[in-house]
Amino acid sequence: MKRTIPMIITFIVGMLVIISEFVPHKPFGPIAGTLENWFLIIAGFTIILGVLSLIRMNSIKIKSRAENWQYFLAGLISFGVMVLVGVFWGMQESSGILGHGEKISAWLGTPPTKPFDYLFNNLFIHLSATMFSLLAFYIASAAYRAFIIRSFESNLLMITAVIIMLGRTSLGTIMTGWLPPSLQFLHLPRIADYIMMYPNSAAQRAIMISAALGVIGSSLRIILGIERSYLGGGK
Amino acid sequence: MSSVNTSVRWERMILYVILFLGVMLPLIFHIGWKTDVSPHVQMVHDLVENTPAGSTVLISFDYEPSTMPELKPMALSLVDHAWQRGHKVIAVALWPMGVQMANDVFQELTALPVTDIAADQSSGETKTSVASDSTKVALSGVENAPDSTIARHTDKKYGIDYVNLGFKPGGMVTIKAMGRSIHETFPADAFGTPVGSLPIMDDIVRLRDLGYVMSLSAGDPGLKQWIMVAHDNFKVLVSGGTTAVSAPGFLPYINNRDQLRGVMGGLKGAAEYEKLRGVFGPASIKMDSQSIAHVIILIFIAIGNIKAYRRRKAQRRKSEKA
Amino acid sequence: MRHILLIASLMCLLTDVIHAQTTSFEVKDYPWDDGKKLILEWKIGAGLDSLRIQKADPEGNFITIYDTTESFGSIVDDDVQPEQEAEYLMIAYNQSTSDSVVVSRGMTPLVQWYNLQKTPLLITMLLLSGMILYYIFASKRGKEFFIRRINALDSMEEAIGRATEKGKPILFVPGIGDLDEIQTIASLTILSHLAYRAAQYDADIIVPVRFSMVLTAAREVVKEAYIRAGRADAYRSDRVFYLTDDQFGYVAGIDGIMVREQPAANFFLGSFYAESLILAETGFSTGAIQTSGTANAHQLPFFIVACDWTLIGEELFAASAYLSRDAQQLGSLKGHDFGKILCIALILVGAVLEYSGIHWLSNMFNLG
Repeated sequence: MKRTIPMIITFIVGMLVIISEFVPHKPFGPIAGTLENWFLIIAGFTIILGVLSLIRMNSIKIKSRAENWQYFLAGLISFGVMVLVGVFWGMQESSGILGHGEKISAWLGTPPTKPFDYLFNNLFIHLSATMFSLLAFYIASAAYRAFIIRSFESNLLMITAVIIMLGRTSLGTIMTGWLPPSLQFLHLPRIADYIMMYPNSAAQRAIMISAALGVIGSSLRIILGIERSYLGGGK
Repeated sequence: MSSVNTSVRWERMILYVILFLGVMLPLIFHIGWKTDVSPHVQMVHDLVENTPAGSTVLISFDYEPSTMPELKPMALSLVDHAWQRGHKVIAVALWPMGVQMANDVFQELTALPVTDIAADQSSGETKTSVASDSTKVALSGVENAPDSTIARHTDKKYGIDYVNLGFKPGGMVTIKAMGRSIHETFPADAFGTPVGSLPIMDDIVRLRDLGYVMSLSAGDPGLKQWIMVAHDNFKVLVSGGTTAVSAPGFLPYINNRDQLRGVMGGLKGAAEYEKLRGVFGPASIKMDSQSIAHVIILIFIAIGNIKAYRRRKAQRRKSEKA
Repeated sequence: MRHILLIASLMCLLTDVIHAQTTSFEVKDYPWDDGKKLILEWKIGAGLDSLRIQKADPEGNFITIYDTTESFGSIVDDDVQPEQEAEYLMIAYNQSTSDSVVVSRGMTPLVQWYNLQKTPLLITMLLLSGMILYYIFASKRGKEFFIRRINALDSMEEAIGRATEKGKPILFVPGIGDLDEIQTIASLTILSHLAYRAAQYDADIIVPVRFSMVLTAAREVVKEAYIRAGRADAYRSDRVFYLTDDQFGYVAGIDGIMVREQPAANFFLGSFYAESLILAETGFSTGAIQTSGTANAHQLPFFIVACDWTLIGEELFAASAYLSRDAQQLGSLKGHDFGKILCIALILVGAVLEYSGIHWLSNMFNLG
């Protein structure tokens, strides 16, 4: 029963959405819109679930003095501070329950910056950007490992990578920018654009088409109740 | 792959240090290399350029502070360009932090330059928020800076020339809802003002009423969802920018069905847009770093290949001896 | 003088009558659509050479939507709201004499019971679904199909075994997509099999998620898998947890888990974007066996470089069927192959037709 009802709901909703795609007349046409609104409402409320899970998980680690429990404490405090300053004094133009906090904002700098904005601009942005910047380092180490010539294919891969990398920077422009108009097709950024636009797009499309077929198959299995793993059940 | 030995760790460390220096130094000592404009960025530029003045356009801020270095320069250029062309800008966010990202860009473009703020303060006039770091760099002027910096639009009024409708969860579902009614999807703006009371929203009912939609997208939901719903379902022109690592995935959408009207990929895309605008903005400044970083990676690929070749040669010799 | 004026007036009246009689403007409902289109047809009478069609905006102001000098023709206005009356003005005029005829028309676009434009889509969908269902029922009847090996999935057992041996946990990341993303659902179906095996082997499984909706589903999936394996007591709800909605905050959290807990096996399956390489490289540096999979083609190169095994595109969706070894599910995979053959045939035929200047096939799939 626990799984039958969700499966019946999945089947009915799945079929309704498919029908509504081809039958625009009432009551089918507006059904998709209604279901989408329901999704929005549910998605909004589940944020509470996420927050509760966050607090609970961190509290358990701190309470049981699990290994590295200090990190979880730091996480919980950071979360609490951001929520509190946001609730008390608001952010940017919107006010909090204690108003705009003019005094504390003036104390934090010139021009006045609300505590939430201060933390956001001076801490959060930089921490997030640092995480993203790791990508540069990891791309370098991954490229260092990956582009080793072992076979014809790996050779081809490396040559393409070199052309794209040079073509995507100012250096590529400088290196081949002097070429006469008759040889402009050898201009590195042009070759890079060509590779990206044709061979790359062709491969991407092929993967996208096969993935789309996978989506159709997956959806059909789910709607028909053949695939039930997502409900936690076996076959 | 399971065990990573010490020499590999050291190699990684050396690579990271050199890369760090390669990225950092050009930011301090500017080189000023030129960049070529790709056809995809040209398409984005032309879309903004050719949209009639007075049109209302939508920019979706689907990114977070982490991807700001790549996507914020695009946002600055797009809003600046749109305003210069006389467009009204509606900002929305499919990511929670996108609201702040939009505010940040509007504030930066509508605020007075730092020097003017100081003058205002000395004369006791109303304060405006300070420009953020990236534009300060541009404002301070870089040696050999070829063109002007991004313009200020101190005359632009909130609610008339631009609005930030804020964040809505749901991604694709939200876009679909906007296709039916933007007013119902966003009954109030990011600051709680009823959307009906904002003059900019007077003539805008749904997505179809917009000149174009731009999505500055760091992931999911983002540009892909805008293409699938705003263009494919509601026939709105869609364009935008993404992080460099995601850009190749959007090229198949630039096709004769016009699903995507060009795309800016990463910092390079942003720098190309700035070049088209004749502006020397934050992306152009950072392009030297990116170019140097690419060269370093290429050098290390060459080193890696030499090492692999020597290792193979040694192994061959060993096997011949055996 | 009075006579001349009278004659002139009569002539004007006569001209107007002739113009009005021969000028026509009709607004018709677009047949078999979703009520978002109207057909505007016109015919300009003799002596008039230009036409302007205006449409009323929500405030009732008429705005020009079409200008032409063609004497007859039709356009489709696809900017109307279903079941809401649209009002039009047709102004037919002569550029040199400034004679004009104005006709006003209104029409309410009707929503039909079937959207004819989507017929190609319906046929394709029925064909694909029909073939998938055919193979499902064929396998139900006992017919066996050859399914190629997917190494990434075969290695899953090995990864779980290694985690058990080392006494280290398994990390499962269901991507950064929400529950409305089919890749996330596919990822959760794999999680179900993985959690079942982990429960059997008594291996610890960690599932950090980015969205609360995914959290609810992932918890249910893992819990049910443990119950199925007869290890309900071993299930720990705190091992399936929400980290943050923030993309790189989520990545930072997972990186932290990888560095602190040193999982023996990492699974990155679902929708990934710019964070894919950060996750995979951190996992590589900890020496874990890594399996990844995404349908986001642009992130595949990063996973292929940094992970031991990668599920490419459709393999992610086939994984659950492959792992379950359920004949019905495996049969459905054969249906995908039919879809591929159909797509290849359409691409080839389409390319030949386009090169030959015949566009009906591409127009047929233009569902605008």
